[in-house]
Amino acid sequence: MTTWPILSVVTFLPVLGALVIYLNRGDDEAARRNSRWIALWTTLVTFAVSLILVWRFDATNPDFQFVEKANWLASGINYHMGVDGISLPFVILTTALMPFCIVASWKSVTVRVREYMMAFLLLETLMVGTFSALDLVLFYLFFEGGLIPMFLIIGVWGGPRRVYASFKFFLYTLLGSVLMLLAIMALYWNAGTTDIPTLMRTAVPRSLQTWAWLAFFASFAVKMPMWPVHTWLPDAHVEAPTAGSVILAAILLKMGGYGFLRFSLPMFPLASHDFAPLIFSLSAIAIVYTSLVALMQEDIKKLIAYSSVAHMGFVTMGIFAATTQGVAGGIFQMVSHGIVSGALFLCVGIVYDRMHTREIAAYGGLVNRMPLYALVFMVFTMANVGLPGTSGFVGEFMTLLGTFKVSIPTATIATLGVILSACYALWLYRKVVFGAMYKPALAGIKDLTFRESLLLFPLVFLTILFGIYPNPVLDMSAASVQQLVNNYNAAVTAVKAAALVVQ
Amino acid sequence: MSFSSAGYQLLPVLPELVLAVGAMALLMLGAYRGGEGTTRLVTALAFALLVVTGALVLLLPAGKLMTFGGSFIVDDFARFLKILALIASAATVILSVEFLADPSRRIFEYPILVLLSTLGMMVLISAGDLIMLYLGLELMSLALYVVAASNRDNVKSTEAGLKYFVLGALSSGMLLYGASLIYGFTGTVDFAGIAAAVKTGSVGIVFGLVFLLAGLCFKVSAVPFHMWTPDVYEGAPTPVTAFFASAPKVAALAVFTRVTLTAFPGIVPQWQQIVVFVAIASMALGSFAAIGQKNIKRLMAYSSIGHMGFALVGLAAGTVEGAQGVLVYIAIYVAMTLGSFAVILTMKRNGQPVEQIGDFAGLSRTNPLLAFFFAMLLFSLAGIPPLAGFFAKWYVFVAAIKADLFTLAVIGVLASVVGAFYYLTIIKVMYFDEPAGQIDPMRVELRTVLAVAGIFNILFFVYPGPLVSVATAAAKSLF
Repeated sequence: MTTWPILSVVTFLPVLGALVIYLNRGDDEAARRNSRWIALWTTLVTFAVSLILVWRFDATNPDFQFVEKANWLASGINYHMGVDGISLPFVILTTALMPFCIVASWKSVTVRVREYMMAFLLLETLMVGTFSALDLVLFYLFFEGGLIPMFLIIGVWGGPRRVYASFKFFLYTLLGSVLMLLAIMALYWNAGTTDIPTLMRTAVPRSLQTWAWLAFFASFAVKMPMWPVHTWLPDAHVEAPTAGSVILAAILLKMGGYGFLRFSLPMFPLASHDFAPLIFSLSAIAIVYTSLVALMQEDIKKLIAYSSVAHMGFVTMGIFAATTQGVAGGIFQMVSHGIVSGALFLCVGIVYDRMHTREIAAYGGLVNRMPLYALVFMVFTMANVGLPGTSGFVGEFMTLLGTFKVSIPTATIATLGVILSACYALWLYRKVVFGAMYKPALAGIKDLTFRESLLLFPLVFLTILFGIYPNPVLDMSAASVQQLVNNYNAAVTAVKAAALVVQ
Repeated sequence: MSFSSAGYQLLPVLPELVLAVGAMALLMLGAYRGGEGTTRLVTALAFALLVVTGALVLLLPAGKLMTFGGSFIVDDFARFLKILALIASAATVILSVEFLADPSRRIFEYPILVLLSTLGMMVLISAGDLIMLYLGLELMSLALYVVAASNRDNVKSTEAGLKYFVLGALSSGMLLYGASLIYGFTGTVDFAGIAAAVKTGSVGIVFGLVFLLAGLCFKVSAVPFHMWTPDVYEGAPTPVTAFFASAPKVAALAVFTRVTLTAFPGIVPQWQQIVVFVAIASMALGSFAAIGQKNIKRLMAYSSIGHMGFALVGLAAGTVEGAQGVLVYIAIYVAMTLGSFAVILTMKRNGQPVEQIGDFAGLSRTNPLLAFFFAMLLFSLAGIPPLAGFFAKWYVFVAAIKADLFTLAVIGVLASVVGAFYYLTIIKVMYFDEPAGQIDPMRVELRTVLAVAGIFNILFFVYPGPLVSVATAAAKSLF
């Protein structure tokens, strides 16, 4: 076993790519082409290196692997990286989706291409870092640092209301996160370190657990986003450029769920147990309410954005059910949603590039001119609905199963939400793809180009593969999930037993 | 080395002596040489003098040195802040080169006044009793009053100088009144003596303390003694504003910290509530009042009010961690401020300075690197990781959390979110808006200052160890 710091390489390789793009001066067509190719190659190489992680990963070991540690800030705050079965799927998801984002922006981004590619590469570093940091301060650094490139991506390359959307995104997320920062400080003084593995083993006093849980919740609930703090998401999605929406839906939202899994459950099990009913209520409301809101949308991106909120409701519900199925299902649902919603935004981007509108009413009958597109879009729509055989089904089913053991009402309401998701998704599909093609503007629309097919068919393949054979993801995380659930149950049972003794 | 006068060791004050004598020599040089290049020469020599003084501060023997019967203290705390103040002053001299190059403003007194003010700061930082404190404060302030009005033909500049002088004199009066009360109730002006005498917060002592702190709050421009800041910042020539925002703040915070922690450790709860109030008020006002500003210098004024509030959060903790937080904060603040002012000084069209925020429109297209550095400085001022400003906030808030000042910490971070809004507004103007025309090319000296400050700011997170450990040692020397 070689000892090169593979995780750091995966994390910081994109920065290197960004530097190369920076050194490649000029603003003519050649420079733009170079920037695109450098960005593409960087993301591809990063993805390839990250596959080494999968290859060498020991799925039977629930602990952190590929651990790197170096002195950083004084006293108990170190540069500490590592992945386990919970974080590795997200690292791979990130590195895998980045090349798609670059290709998706190949033609649609024509101004300030260099800066655009640099922002995306920096964002990749910050996202991979978020998932592989094993120190709270380091985590916060990556987590919050991601706001800077995303703010610029939405603001510079976004739609007409980009300024409003970017400010809302930035300030909303920052507001949640600063409270988490204070909780991180409180944990630091409690344990004398911000080392995540150490903190997981340190018992946190009950009162601190409650406050710290709420503070972390403030941050992750906004990021996730959970109802009622989801309102930044539709705006950000609608205004962001296609690749920005993909990243936002596929990866940035997952940071919230990852945070719940990495911090809330293992570090504050008692508070998590106490607050589970709150999460269940919010999740159930999110699933039903945002599905209903999605039904009323006139903008395709907004509809998908609201459907994301609903799907994240399944994730939070599953995570806080704290059963093996619930947690594993939550992770799987996040990975699946990353692929499916990312692909849906790519689909929207494809028609947007042709028609420059996202109004549902502006489309109709696309199947007549774009059969290939109709096929691909259908697969992702079905996955979004949760049709068995697609990856969307597995995640939803497992989270519902896991929740059913803990809270039957929540599971029941959430299952009703599945019906609603079918309503809006099928409605959208019918409006856009089926029907007569009577709109003159659409008459000349072209089907998928080679580049676009290249973009979408791998995702179609993954959606169906994970639908019928979800084991690659589930096996990877199984051991870590089992350990997480065991520790959680042990902590909760211990307190219950103690309470009985007192009585 | 025996180097003494009237029985007092002079070695600890050697840097100050060199600076004082050097400044007087430069004054002679300027007055007698005359002619074209005098201002240039004096400016260059003033810069060199600051560098030499800094080297001397570093070369002093280690440990705690005292002289003049304990009224002048050189400890790690003083060394750290003196170096910082000297760096800030030296940077100001660099930033002023262009201002002084203008034929109508060849005032060689300007760099000399900066030197004298710096001398005052160094005395202030080392002050071990109330007399020395007042001496340093007045030397620093009197030079600043004149510098503020150095653009003699400009009404705004003279108004700024006058306003600063009148309000400054008022605050000096309050400070002096407080000092006399403290002397009256303790019978000593020596910080250590006061600390020994003050074990309980009698009304008289607290009364004196309030007046003393009011005078100091004026100097750090903390709410409610901040009124002068926006007007003076806007009216004074921009290099002077850069000076006001950096070096004097270092010295004032230093003496604030030293007085509260070494002279009044016995009545922490009494002064803590004052500092907590001042910190909250400064952070809130700095954040909210800046939102409506159109002039970048006024905005920086409110920003600096807010930042002083954040720095005082660390002091409010009243612990070693708190003092360390203050030191880290002020060091990073100085870097961010000097970098920002290097950008603001660059903003000229056809030789005319432009100061409205709207003038930054589209800077990312016309001048990408400048815009990038400025954007990073603004994100840093907002406290966004991984930039240096985040670490500054981390250290003060972590101290406040340890001292159980949760309300203060929560209000503080919320104020920082509000503050982020107006920094974002400038970034929005630079990155999202259409260009408003070319700006003049950036001068070499401004480039240097911006590059140093900007790179420090961006790459601080890679290797934060040295600054943090020096600040820790400095903070420990107070306790």
